[in-house]
Amino acid sequence: MLEIKNLHASVNGNEILTGVHLKVNAGEVHAIMGPNGSGKSTLAQVLAGREAYEVTAGEVRYNGKDLLEMSPEDRAREGIFLAFQYPVEIPGVSNTYFLKAALNSVRKYRGLAELDAVDFLAMVKQKMGILEMDKTLLSRPVNEGFSGGEKKRNEIFQMAVLDPKLAILDETDSGLDIDALRIVADGVNKLRTKENAVVVVTHYQRLLNYIVPDVVHVLVEGRIVKSGPKELALELEERGYDWLKEEEQVKA
Amino acid sequence: MVEKAAKPAGERQGAQIEQYLSAFRSFERGLNGESASPIHAVRKEAIAHFASTGFPTTHDEEWRFTDVQPIARAPYAAGTPGTVSAADIARWTFAGLDANRLVFVDGEFSERFSTVRSVPSGGAIMSLARALTSGDAAALRHTARHARYDQDAFTALNTGFLRDGAFVHIPDGVSWDEPIYVLYLATGRTVPFVAHPRNLFVAGRNSRCFVVERYAALAENSYFTNAVTEVVLAEGAVVEHDKVQEESLNAFHVGSAHVSMAAKSNYTSNSFAMGGAIVRNNITSVMEGQGVECTLNGLSLSTGRQHIDNHTTIDHATAHCNSHELYKSILDGSSRGVFNGKIFVRKDAQKTDAKQTNKTLLLSDLATIDTKPQLEIFADDVKCTHGATVGYLDAEAVFYLRSRGIGIELARDILTYAFASDVTGRVKIEPVRAALDRLILKQLHEGRRLEGL
Repeated sequence: MLEIKNLHASVNGNEILTGVHLKVNAGEVHAIMGPNGSGKSTLAQVLAGREAYEVTAGEVRYNGKDLLEMSPEDRAREGIFLAFQYPVEIPGVSNTYFLKAALNSVRKYRGLAELDAVDFLAMVKQKMGILEMDKTLLSRPVNEGFSGGEKKRNEIFQMAVLDPKLAILDETDSGLDIDALRIVADGVNKLRTKENAVVVVTHYQRLLNYIVPDVVHVLVEGRIVKSGPKELALELEERGYDWLKEEEQVKA
Repeated sequence: MVEKAAKPAGERQGAQIEQYLSAFRSFERGLNGESASPIHAVRKEAIAHFASTGFPTTHDEEWRFTDVQPIARAPYAAGTPGTVSAADIARWTFAGLDANRLVFVDGEFSERFSTVRSVPSGGAIMSLARALTSGDAAALRHTARHARYDQDAFTALNTGFLRDGAFVHIPDGVSWDEPIYVLYLATGRTVPFVAHPRNLFVAGRNSRCFVVERYAALAENSYFTNAVTEVVLAEGAVVEHDKVQEESLNAFHVGSAHVSMAAKSNYTSNSFAMGGAIVRNNITSVMEGQGVECTLNGLSLSTGRQHIDNHTTIDHATAHCNSHELYKSILDGSSRGVFNGKIFVRKDAQKTDAKQTNKTLLLSDLATIDTKPQLEIFADDVKCTHGATVGYLDAEAVFYLRSRGIGIELARDILTYAFASDVTGRVKIEPVRAALDRLILKQLHEGRRLEGL
């Protein structure tokens, strides 16, 4: 589904990604871990099409297409979803309107009819149930005045509505208490199918107790230095990242 | 006397001023017996004042950013108003607004298209000319008593030609919840003309009313609207005053509102400026008694080469008064905006609470804004805050919307609309609010896809 080869990206002339290789197949869950500043969020944002990052080398194929050639909106319409680490507040735009505009843009691109108000609302209410969300959030402006936990839940709720093929969760666990973490993780698990894939970007192992990965990758200084089964996450939790950094330096 | 006083300014703007003096002489001849009235003495003083000062220039601090020379040097001619149809009036009536209506066509009162079905007992909803000639006590008492013609050339000019406009008087204790709609409609008349609308809204003690003032055009012709509106709130009166300015893009519009607020009164102005080539709005509100609430909201939308200038003054002349001010501008093309917000807190105005916010959204690299909050505080126990921001659309927010599949154009339009709706949402009259929403959507090219926001 997703194939990243030798990806280099920089922001304001600083190279953040220094040669990432990654392959994600449908039905898989991949975790990307790593110390602060290793480039985890940059990788997530580059995949979503954030223009602030400049891709200087490498390629990304997504379902056979050149992902880097696509606009952010077309990537979303093709089924990529980024759950933001810091969801943006949009005063004056209600959650309902925002979701409807997004869903209908995606549906139109896929050649589907726009949903009418009744069908839309029924669908939205069902998805809200999965995330145990308060219905009053629908009429409130997007993320405005939401608590940290509500914002993260709202991200996964949007994901549920848009039904992506590849979901990238960028530090979705940060700022969540244990109950909220469980609800969000349950939500993600309920949305998993054999046809879609999830990339979980996280600093801590905690979330991976709930969203169990098939592969864990460790990103250090802009490249993946180690990949392994889910037990690698536990080892990282115990030993930290320094040993991997040292290994890198030895290799260099 | 008029000619004598004209000399100093005449050296600079002779022909420009003479155009108005000559128009004044023919205006006087048309007044017949009325020229002996006390109002006419005021007119003569006002026109003499205008003749002595002429039009302001960019050397005047109040007009630093707005050059009115294109207004001053344009030739205008007298003439009869153009024609409008019932369909035109219907088009310029807010859908769903059940209101008493005073209509002016090319500045002249239209008996035919005005509909006043009900009037509060002891009050009035009528043309000011009729109120003055019939000796209405409130009209005679307040006309030209609040708008100072000795401080502003355009107010002087308007006062010189003071004859007609909308007059509303809500008596003491009456809550008049049916909005009063005042429409100034310019026809496509080809000869440029000047209109000097003069409105007077008087709200009695503990009364309440809603007035909507709208300036619109049937065609993109050039003309000059020079309006003055006096609003008088007696003790405990509550007034919502909405102004929707959609003049022709080739028209000039100078509109000055002078608001006098007695103790415990509550005045809200929602001012929307979208039309006009050169536009200047002045609002001067004076708190004459304690416990006043004054709210000034404004939104300007401009594009092309439009120039929209909003000057507001809130005068905290007495203690225990609150003012809330929110002015926003959205500038596209190479349009230019000006905001000047004065707040005076006089020596005795303790416990004043004043808040001013001015926000500008630039949609184009060529658009510019000059913004100047101006707080002058002479009391010591007060709370006054002000803030001004100027910026482009938030790139983070645009990306957020795009990352959900929303195209870049629609994403920008959604965010622009949201910026504006913060002001339109404050209008209490639902049909006006809905119409404003549609107007803003119309200006955003993907507007039709935004309906239902």
